[in-house]
Amino acid sequence: MPWLSYLKALNRAIGDEMERDPAVCVLGEDVGVAVTYATAGLLQRFGGDRVLDTPISEQAFTGFATGAAMAGMRPLIEFQIPALLFLVFEQIANQAHKLSLMTGGQTRVPVTYLLPGSGSRDSWAGQHSDHPYSLFAHVGVKTVVPATASDAYGLLVTAMRDDDPVVVFAPSGALGLREDVDFGALAPVPLGAGRVHRAGTDVTVVAVGHLVHDAVAVAEELAGSVSVEVFDPRSLHPFDWQGLAASLERTGRLVVVDDSNRSCGIGAEIVATAAEEMRLTAPPRRVTRPDGAVLPFARDLDLACQPTRAQLRAAVEKSVGAG
Amino acid sequence: MARRPAVTGPAADPAGLYRTVALIRGFEQRAVELVRTGVIRGGIHPCTGQEAVAVGTCAALRPDDVITSTHRGHGHVLAKGADPARMMAELAGRTTGLNKGRGGSMHAADFSVGVLGADAIVGAAVPIATGAAWAMRRAGGDRVALAYFGDGAVSQGVVLEAFNLAALWQVPVVLVCENNGFATSMRPEQTMAGTVTGRAAAFGIPAETVDGMDPQAVLDAATAAVARARSGAGPYLLECVTRRFDAHHTWEHTARPRYRTDAEVAAARSRDPLDIQGARIPAATRAAIDAETAGVLDEAVRFALAGPHPDPAGALDHLYSTGLRPRAGVL
Ligand SMILES: Cc1ncc(C[n+]2csc(CCOP(=O)(O)OP(=O)(O)O)c2C)c(N)n1
Repeated sequence: MPWLSYLKALNRAIGDEMERDPAVCVLGEDVGVAVTYATAGLLQRFGGDRVLDTPISEQAFTGFATGAAMAGMRPLIEFQIPALLFLVFEQIANQAHKLSLMTGGQTRVPVTYLLPGSGSRDSWAGQHSDHPYSLFAHVGVKTVVPATASDAYGLLVTAMRDDDPVVVFAPSGALGLREDVDFGALAPVPLGAGRVHRAGTDVTVVAVGHLVHDAVAVAEELAGSVSVEVFDPRSLHPFDWQGLAASLERTGRLVVVDDSNRSCGIGAEIVATAAEEMRLTAPPRRVTRPDGAVLPFARDLDLACQPTRAQLRAAVEKSVGAG
Repeated sequence: MARRPAVTGPAADPAGLYRTVALIRGFEQRAVELVRTGVIRGGIHPCTGQEAVAVGTCAALRPDDVITSTHRGHGHVLAKGADPARMMAELAGRTTGLNKGRGGSMHAADFSVGVLGADAIVGAAVPIATGAAWAMRRAGGDRVALAYFGDGAVSQGVVLEAFNLAALWQVPVVLVCENNGFATSMRPEQTMAGTVTGRAAAFGIPAETVDGMDPQAVLDAATAAVARARSGAGPYLLECVTRRFDAHHTWEHTARPRYRTDAEVAAARSRDPLDIQGARIPAATRAAIDAETAGVLDEAVRFALAGPHPDPAGALDHLYSTGLRPRAGVL
């Protein structure tokens, strides 16, 4: 079977949707030459009328996409750097997201915001290493974080077909991954449907984005002693609470591994919801970046702020010991 | 809620322009009264004195053209043809309002007459109108979008970024700056280096300054600007120099901050668009329009007050166009 890289999956998803729906257009900086690869070949295939190289004006082109969406287009915006989302938070959280409700349902804003390279990029320092998905889930913007190439394809396609704004975080830690898939089997993945990557009976590890692969590795390391279930929510808002509850029915123990800051991060929400509503036989645990972290430049310092396999393994072992 | 609108945008003849100015003036007088009596919550930003801008520009537009508006948007929304009764119901937060009570004064929207919505973040709608104009041109046809913004908004980066996109891509958007001499309490001299038209010049956008107290002068300039955009020649900026007679927001009726003198207010009021346009039509016509307008507005208030309050159980209806239901805050 052919190997599909995560980046190629994003690229295929955009191309397939542009082919299928003439309302889909792409906006962003250097999307013509495709510096991130996600838009490779699209300008040649679809022309400058649908693949627009923008000036470095994130706020304007994000608002522009909102207006274009209200007038019938389905824009996808590519952002080169996750921190640019801070610059356009107003345009997404306060405009695009709010327009459906504020107009009493008179309009819809189908814009997709794609971040190919979120999280640490391996020593790109303070302003290039954010992973701000929790912020979007918090304000209620649909937020997805695919972990695998086929999920990247399926979730990006779904995001582009969705009538609401959707932010798609493609973690840089996952961009280089490849998966053995039959291209014909690639299909949309619904929002709000988690995926169990590995079944288990002792503890559920909820892992977000690229950390799914670390969680699977830890589960394999522990296979002889602890039976770990790895649950990938795939979309953080909406979140598959039913899927998580079903997993905790099996295991009763919860560890969340999440590459965003601890306080008010999505990990906190997962733990709180499980504590309020689900079956837990041991205190839930979180492995996250530190509170309020800014990733430092030096490699060792950068890594010191990100969740590690060792930390996850220790948390799983504690969780089981406490049960 | 099928309700036949009482008006459908300003007719471009002298009496039609007067009628729309009178409608906006009377609408806001009644709305201010409803704020005072507590029917309208949250207060409003009246555009009293500035009506000529809304009336003159909207009279240059077709029903299928679109506008984006500001926190001071009543005039724009009414001039584009929204039903005053449903607009008043919106201000009063009723289900019969334009936005079913979900938007209120600062977000009134009526897509059926091309009002994409009023935006309460200064400058934020300028790129939205630009994007809408681009998409409409792409779809074929010759529709244009018009974006209103204040003198305060020209210090917002996003507005200048949008000017660049509009000019670079020759987007059919008409940029209308309502320079009313104040951004809340601050005068352009305190907030603006350069000039409004100078900002347009920097992007190669043709611009002109017009008398924003005179509906006919605004209409003449807007007709040319709209025709230019429609023909594919790209954006145009109109700076309408105008004055608001009333408060920045109705909180000012109680807080009474001092940022302009009584003499300045009196001087502004001496050039009232209602009188400027009223002088162009026979006295009998004016009196007849006034009587008719009063009737329309009485009915608007009656309709607004008769409208049901929304059911709290539906507070987050329309949050997602796809109908996604969010989790409740309390279980
Ligand atoms: C980006 C932003 N900053 C501040 C505010 C608060 N605010 C509301 S209206 C206003 C003044 C706007 O002045 P101007 O653009 O000249 O419009 P005008 O009120 O005169 O119609 C301010 C500062 C806001 N709504 N948005």
